[in-house]
This record gives sequence, structure tokens and C-alpha cells, in this order.
Amino acid sequence: MSDSTSTFSAALAPEQAMTPEARVAGAMRGFAHELGALSAFRLESCIHCGICAEACHFYIATEDPQYTPVWKVEPFKQAYKREASPFAPLYRLLGLKREITAEQLARWQHLLFDSCNMCGRCSLICPMGIDVAALIEQARHAMFDAGLAPKELYQKAAHQRATGQPEPSSEPYRERLLAIGRQFGVEIPLDKSEAEILLCVPRTDIEHYPGAVAALARVMRHLGVSCTFRSDGLVAENYGYYAGGKQWQRDISLKLIEQALKVKAKILLVPECGHAYTALRWEAADLYGKPLPFAVRHVTEFLADELTAGRLKLSSAGAGKTTFHDPCQLVRKGGINDAPRALMQALGIELNELKNHGAFSFCCGGGGGVLDIERAAPLRYRTMENKLREIDETGAATFLTSCSDCRRTFDDAKSHFSWDKTPHSLLELVASNLVATGNPT
Amino acid sequence: MDLLTFARGPALKAALVIFCVGVVWRIAGFALLRLRRDLNAPRASIGKFMAGGLKAVGTRSWPHPEFIPRTGAGEALGYSYHIGLFIVVLMFGPHITFLGSLVGFTWPGLPSSLITIVSVLTLTLFLAVLFRRLTHPVLRMLSNFDDYFSWLVTALVLATGLAAVAHIGAPYERLLAWHILSVDLLLVWFPFGKLMHAFYLVPSRAINGALLSRKGAIS
Repeated sequence: MSDSTSTFSAALAPEQAMTPEARVAGAMRGFAHELGALSAFRLESCIHCGICAEACHFYIATEDPQYTPVWKVEPFKQAYKREASPFAPLYRLLGLKREITAEQLARWQHLLFDSCNMCGRCSLICPMGIDVAALIEQARHAMFDAGLAPKELYQKAAHQRATGQPEPSSEPYRERLLAIGRQFGVEIPLDKSEAEILLCVPRTDIEHYPGAVAALARVMRHLGVSCTFRSDGLVAENYGYYAGGKQWQRDISLKLIEQALKVKAKILLVPECGHAYTALRWEAADLYGKPLPFAVRHVTEFLADELTAGRLKLSSAGAGKTTFHDPCQLVRKGGINDAPRALMQALGIELNELKNHGAFSFCCGGGGGVLDIERAAPLRYRTMENKLREIDETGAATFLTSCSDCRRTFDDAKSHFSWDKTPHSLLELVASNLVATGNPT
Repeated sequence: MDLLTFARGPALKAALVIFCVGVVWRIAGFALLRLRRDLNAPRASIGKFMAGGLKAVGTRSWPHPEFIPRTGAGEALGYSYHIGLFIVVLMFGPHITFLGSLVGFTWPGLPSSLITIVSVLTLTLFLAVLFRRLTHPVLRMLSNFDDYFSWLVTALVLATGLAAVAHIGAPYERLLAWHILSVDLLLVWFPFGKLMHAFYLVPSRAINGALLSRKGAIS
């Protein structure tokens, strides 16, 4: 066999073809590049207590031990012990840790991509305080360098890096954006040379939820702020982040950073997209190599601040009994817990919290690129059942969230399970209940 | 030189040297790796995220209420034998005398009979955690030589200590020698295996807590 991962070739793009030796070398290179005092300490600290399994919805749904979060980085723990730990020579001399193999890496593709949403719930339960999700993200980087990112993520990342869009479209997103403006009767601020706020848009919204794009434009116009989308940096998502391609993630982030610099923006406003927030708010500056000269804010926290400042007033939404799904990247990994609740309160919403909400919320199941991985769908559906049950148990008639990928995942579940709930955008609800304050609407 | 003299003389000294050098080597081995500065703007002030780190040291001692139904029993078992070990090591008269000779002061201990009861309970809990490790699918999958050997060397210390106190199976001096030799073995193994978590626990929790607090997230 020329490639020991040939059994997984269906999951890889043709451009990812490599010899087994090159895969191992790539993984080790990616792993070594990531290895610093912090990640080494995390790898050192694991006591094999297995408690992280109890936070992971993949394990909870299946009781399959392979879904234990820290097990997902086992090859890299093994590589660390053997190659880089303080007693690495002893491990090698006594043969206590074997070299990782391409076969092993290929087997781990399922664990690192298909069955991990990078939601970070495991990092909240570890009694040693290990950020397991951070280790998994680093392991994804090594897998990318081994040519083992799932093809759906790899190809979307490659396309986005090259064109700015994760996938081809019948017309450029710029034209789609303008068409959405015409469809919803709202002016789309586009390609202004200067603006205080740079806007961007989830490709999921362009493709599936144009109302959310219009809502963003409408709210910004209502607030009378200086803002613009830019044709050369439109898409909020970062498939480099999902695929584990750190350089690609950087290149994709740079498209937005450069546009923000060009228009002299003070704020880069992340729309309803969870992982875009993580990529831009908590990782972009590191990849850029210096602090960003502008703030990165999620639209819910921006609007909550406008509310507090009295520049945003909302009428009662009359939404009835409502529940809210906290996107993991915003609340657990991003600290945005209060902002959506402040907006819902201003909308007069009677919020029925999920059993596990806020930082303890379960992931929708589609995060981390899992929604895009076709073969992961059966496991994803199985994992989602618990979440859907929690939503049903609230008895809420209205179901809100503030991430378009979460929304898309729930919509997909709706058709798969014939589920009777429809996920709605909090931003759209805000846009539908604006109270005039003197600014043009 | 008889066995007891050897155990508490050269063997103990050598074990302490290996322990100290090994611990320093192991910590330095990763702590001296590069530490990247986080260039992303923090949400919280430095004071808040440092406080978040300190808070996490305490709060991670017990699972968040949301996790208790799934992890409470396992964590309680884990903490129970750790508490038992602390009581036996720190509150038994002869141990206090020995440790006092190292640190220069002593403290009041607990009656020997109580220590014996705690030791038996702790050893029972040790057997329970081994049983759990062998039978729980997740623990069985995660476990390696380190897990079992670390269990063994710690259990040996407890078992030989109990035997020495109860004068079971051999003359007291030989039992005591075996007990001290088992301590020597534990000290030698300590830097190489998972027992190092005794040193990692506080900084690991504090670092994760601080990093999450930096983002304004719950730790």
C-alpha cells in the first residue's frame, strides 16, 4: 500500500495525498510548532481521571470511551512524551512510548474532527484545570499539516483563502449582498472608503438566512453609525480555523484585518457567528503578530452596549415563552453571557433557560466544522438528541440563538427529526422591534 | 548494615536526591519552553483575571453543579482517598516526628487507633479506585503503566505502614524497613509519573482559570 491512510482517502481531498512518512513528519512539524510551555504543561497535567468524558456530548450520547476528550489528543501526548518531554530520552530508551504512525493519525481524524465541536465544555470540567479544547485545536493544526483535515473543511478553507468565499456561488457575495438589500428594502453600506465599524457577514446567512443580513444593515442604519461592508473582506467565517490550517486561518483573518485597517475602523463587528468570533476576537492578533488597532466585538455585545448607553430602544417582541441557545464560542469560550440576555430582557421576553445554559450549555452539535463533514451526520444527529430534548423541556414556543451555524444545525435537525421548533435569530428579532430614537431607519 | 539502617539511611538519602533533582528537571523541562504572549485584547483587567485564576484553584476542587450528577461520585471517591492519605501522612505521630526532623518543627497528631482506622479505610478506597480503573471503560482505555505503577507504589506505602503498625507478618523492624523502602520507591518514582500532579494541581487550575477569566468567561 503506498499510503497507509488510503482507507480514509474518501475523506481527503486529492491535494492532500502524501506518503505515510510525510504525514507523520507533517504532524510532528505541526505539533512541534505548537509546543510551548503552556501546551506542554497541559499535556503533563493529565491524570487520566476520565472526567472530561462526562462533559462531552459525544460521549454522553454514545457512552463510547473513544470520545473522551483527552483521548482525542492521545497521539500527541504520546509524541510529546517520546520526543519533547523532560524524560523523553528515557521513554525512547526503554521503548515506553512508540512513534506515532500515519495509520494512527488517520484513525484519529474521526476523533479530532467528526466528533469534536471544539465547544470547550471539557475544559470546564477538568479537575486539573486543563484546557482540553485548546489541546484539540492544536492537534487539529498537526492533523492539517499531516494532510488529514477532512476534505469538506480542507476544500472550503482552500477556496476561502484563495477567493474570500468558502465555496463557489452563482454570483459573487458582493452582488448577493446588494440583492438582499433590494429584497428586504434596506440600504447595504458597501465599500465606503472610511467607516468606524467594519461589518462582515456569515456565508451561512448569505446562503440561508438573508433576513439576518438585512437585519444587521437595518440595525446599524437605525443606530446611525458609520459602517461598511467591504467587497474584499466580506465573509466572517474562517474555514482555516475549522480545518486546522493555522497559516490559512491567518490568511483568511487578514482579509478582514486589512479591510478594517483600510477603512480606519475602530470596531470589527462580528455578526451572528460563533467561531468567527473566536477566530477574530481571541486568535487573530496572535496570527497577525501584533495587537489589533481596533476592537473586535460580537453584534450582541455591541447592541447590548448601545442599549445600556440609551442609543438603542426596543419594543416588546411579543415572543411568548422563549428559550435561548448559547453558542459555545460566544459564551463558554468568549465570555458573552449577559449581552443576549440584556437584549432579550429589553424585548420583553420571558426567558425559559435550558437545563444546561450559559457556560454549561451543550453545543448545537454542528460547531467546529462538524456540520460540514458529511460522514459525521449520523453521529451528530445522535449527539443532538439530548440538546433537542432540553429545548423541548422548556416548553418554549420561541427558540432563539445568536449564531447562524447553530441556527443552521438546528434547522437541519428540524428536517431530520421532523422537530417542531424553528430556530430564530436574536438579531433579526432586535431588528424587527426597533424603536425610533431620531435616527433614520 | 541491616535493612532498616539501609532503608532510612543511604536508600532514603538517594531517594530524596532523585526526588528533588527529578522534580526540578521535570518542571524545568517544560517550563523553560517558550511562552507566547497573548496579543489579543483581554476583556477583563489584569486584576480580574489573576483573581479568576486564584478562584479557579478553589472552584475546580469540586465540579460545577451542572456536572455533579455525572461526576460527583467519582470525584468524591478520588478526594476521599487523597484526604485519607493526607491524614495518615501528616497526622500520625511517628510521621510527625520524622517530618519534624526535616522541617524543624512538629504539630499535634491524632491517636494511633484513629490513624489505623483511617489507613484501613484509605486502603479500601485505594482498592475501590483500582477496581474502578479496571472496570470503567473510559478509565481502562486511558490507563497506562504510569497509572497502575503509581497506584502500586502508593498502595505499598499504605499497606506496609499498616502492617508495621499492626505487627502483621514479620518482626516490627523488618516491617518498618519495608515500609521505609516503599517510601523510598515512591520518592524515586514520583518525578517520573503522574504523582507529579501534586505539584501541577494548583498552577494548572490557576492558569486555566486566569486564561478563561481574561476572556470574561466562567472558569
